[in-house]
Amino acid sequence: MLSTKTLLLPFISVAAIASSANANDQIKIVGSSTVYPFTSYVAEEFGATTGNKTPVVESTGTGGGMKLFCAGVGSNTPDFTNASRPMKVAEFEICQENGVKNIVGMKVGYDGVAIAQNKDNEALDLTLEQLFLALAQEVPSKDGKSLVANPYKKWSDIDNTLPNREIKMIGAPSTSGTRDSFDEMVMEHASKSFPVYNGEPYKKIRTDGVYIPGGENDNLIVQKLAQDKDAMGYFGYSFLEENRDKIKGVTLNGVEPNAKNISSGEYPIARSIFIYMKKDHMGKTKGLEEFIKLYSSEAMTGENGVLKTIGLIPMPSDEHKLTQETIKSLAVITPEMVKAGLTNPAK
Amino acid sequence: MKNDYFYIPQIEKRNAKAKRFHILVSSAIITTMAFLFFFLFTIIKEGIPAFKQSYIQVDIEITQELVENPYAINATLDKDIAKFISRSWTRSLPSQIEKNPDWIGKTVSLSALTNADVDQYLKGNNHKLSQDQQQKLDKMYEDGIIEFKFNKIFFTTGDSKIPENAGFFSAMVGSVLTMLVTMLIAVPIGLMTAIYLEEFAPDNKFTQFIEININNLAAIPSILFGLLGLAIFINFFGVPRSTPFVGGLTLALMSLPIIIVSAKAALKTVPESIRQAGIGLGLTKWQITRDHVFPLALPGMLTGSIIALAQALGETAPLIIVGMIAFVPDASTSIFNAATVMPAQIYTWSGMPEGMYIEKTSAAIMLLLGVLLSLNAIAIYLRKKFQPKW
Repeated sequence: MLSTKTLLLPFISVAAIASSANANDQIKIVGSSTVYPFTSYVAEEFGATTGNKTPVVESTGTGGGMKLFCAGVGSNTPDFTNASRPMKVAEFEICQENGVKNIVGMKVGYDGVAIAQNKDNEALDLTLEQLFLALAQEVPSKDGKSLVANPYKKWSDIDNTLPNREIKMIGAPSTSGTRDSFDEMVMEHASKSFPVYNGEPYKKIRTDGVYIPGGENDNLIVQKLAQDKDAMGYFGYSFLEENRDKIKGVTLNGVEPNAKNISSGEYPIARSIFIYMKKDHMGKTKGLEEFIKLYSSEAMTGENGVLKTIGLIPMPSDEHKLTQETIKSLAVITPEMVKAGLTNPAK
Repeated sequence: MKNDYFYIPQIEKRNAKAKRFHILVSSAIITTMAFLFFFLFTIIKEGIPAFKQSYIQVDIEITQELVENPYAINATLDKDIAKFISRSWTRSLPSQIEKNPDWIGKTVSLSALTNADVDQYLKGNNHKLSQDQQQKLDKMYEDGIIEFKFNKIFFTTGDSKIPENAGFFSAMVGSVLTMLVTMLIAVPIGLMTAIYLEEFAPDNKFTQFIEININNLAAIPSILFGLLGLAIFINFFGVPRSTPFVGGLTLALMSLPIIIVSAKAALKTVPESIRQAGIGLGLTKWQITRDHVFPLALPGMLTGSIIALAQALGETAPLIIVGMIAFVPDASTSIFNAATVMPAQIYTWSGMPEGMYIEKTSAAIMLLLGVLLSLNAIAIYLRKKFQPKW
């Protein structure tokens, strides 16, 4: 019969090969799919111009990235994680528990969620409340005292100044960061203006077929909008920018979705995006500091930086200066900063 | 008719029934063909333009300064032309100058890669150029300053966030490395398991239980193997994420049951008389298997293995979980360096907003289909050529 030794042999050899293979000359990055294109661009630039190996960038979603990032320190854990929202307090605590003590955070810039429709449609202007009434599972009744299942089928049912057009919204599935942003910045925000919700954030989206989850591939939503004139869709701003031949943006509270309005904060659905670095990995993985400095440089994330050309909405120059100072001093984030959702230490 | 001895009253009804059935089944194949044709037609129509790429002729005065800051050429060139040139080309100037040190101090006429907007405009797709720039481009195209060349970049570079610089090479290398690992692990283990189960193992409850389980495993959704790979290889053994090694191991797990099942089927086709003749001659079981049964079953075993590997080559789901769907521009040099694979690259490109990735996605699909078709062709050839006839 086979001895235990022979049976274990393949496993031992796998483990032996694996442990010898953990070369640490390549930066590993995980996290948000929204930040992924920007980080990849910087990674490519880093590999092409500095002679270091090009970092590996994986798109795992913000939450998934935080989980991997906070799993511990060491060569098998990522050096950076991308996030389309600030790190949560709970995530910060998990990081601390697992020995990821020193984290440097950097704001990359802004990203807007654009609502778009077919190019041939008439221009449309909506308020966040109208959007909310169109998409919420339950809406205030006529007298505003109780909640009823959403009866609205047409935009004109909500407000007779809106066009007589079917409500049909193609959006991101519930796993997506874009959906998180939409829920938070449209649904939860608008629900506060209806007293019947008692100030509780309401983000349940109707499931009677009016809202169509479109899958993670935003190009498919664009294609559907190009075919279906009734439909509207929402996605990251860069998809509107790239497809202006097929679709156009819906203005919100009269504000057009464009780069200027998003970075100034005038456009209501915009969010900050971040990248977090494990300071504990400095000196262990090659090129960490160089990479984050390149990321924060004027040429990349500056007001006229190259990331602007692929859809990033850069920070105003004074905020960018502040971010650069943080990166220069490699100041780690503190519990207070996490609570406030900041990455730059207060002055 | 009525006097016909062979006349059966129901015959017309039966014939009509047979005809209806014939139409039904042939309409099924026509539908399938239509789908296939439609799929191939769109892919090829969208993918063909990706094999050519526009280049612009520019005269550049090469100075030492350019080695330090290549973007300085934007100031020396005509403003519009500077906007037509791809950033990735400018970025690569220093390394080009390094290769040709005699350029310094001279004005050199170079063929520069144009950016995606220019390329897409000339191909008639969506672009972001102004009216002025379009006229200028039309003129330059007529004068031959801008011309289309075969897109070498697509076959020599890896992924890039600059669409005109994106290529399929790293993904192809990644696929080759991953498949090597899969093949070296799954094929020998799979074939040996099949031989043991079919030739040596006693037929009892235990081996039957094992066989049922192997058959079930062959039908399991591939994503589950990804989870298994994550749990065993990455979390338990600490194999580095995103590498061909972990991807190959995971895909090996996935292909094993298919290889075992097909190899067992191939062994079953070897007639029992061969084994009995061997026993009659006093050969040992090992000799019978090695010299007679195995060589006779080998073509069938290889066919099954190739088809299993072809399936693994087109697999993405389990690789998402072990981190192989990532941005990896450099071609991997060993199975322990991060890599991505062909279907993963297609998946990544399909989600990019820039129009140029659409044609690159289709071109990549064409290449992947080509590889899969040739693998299947090899499998069919092996079967036809070496399959013994009884």
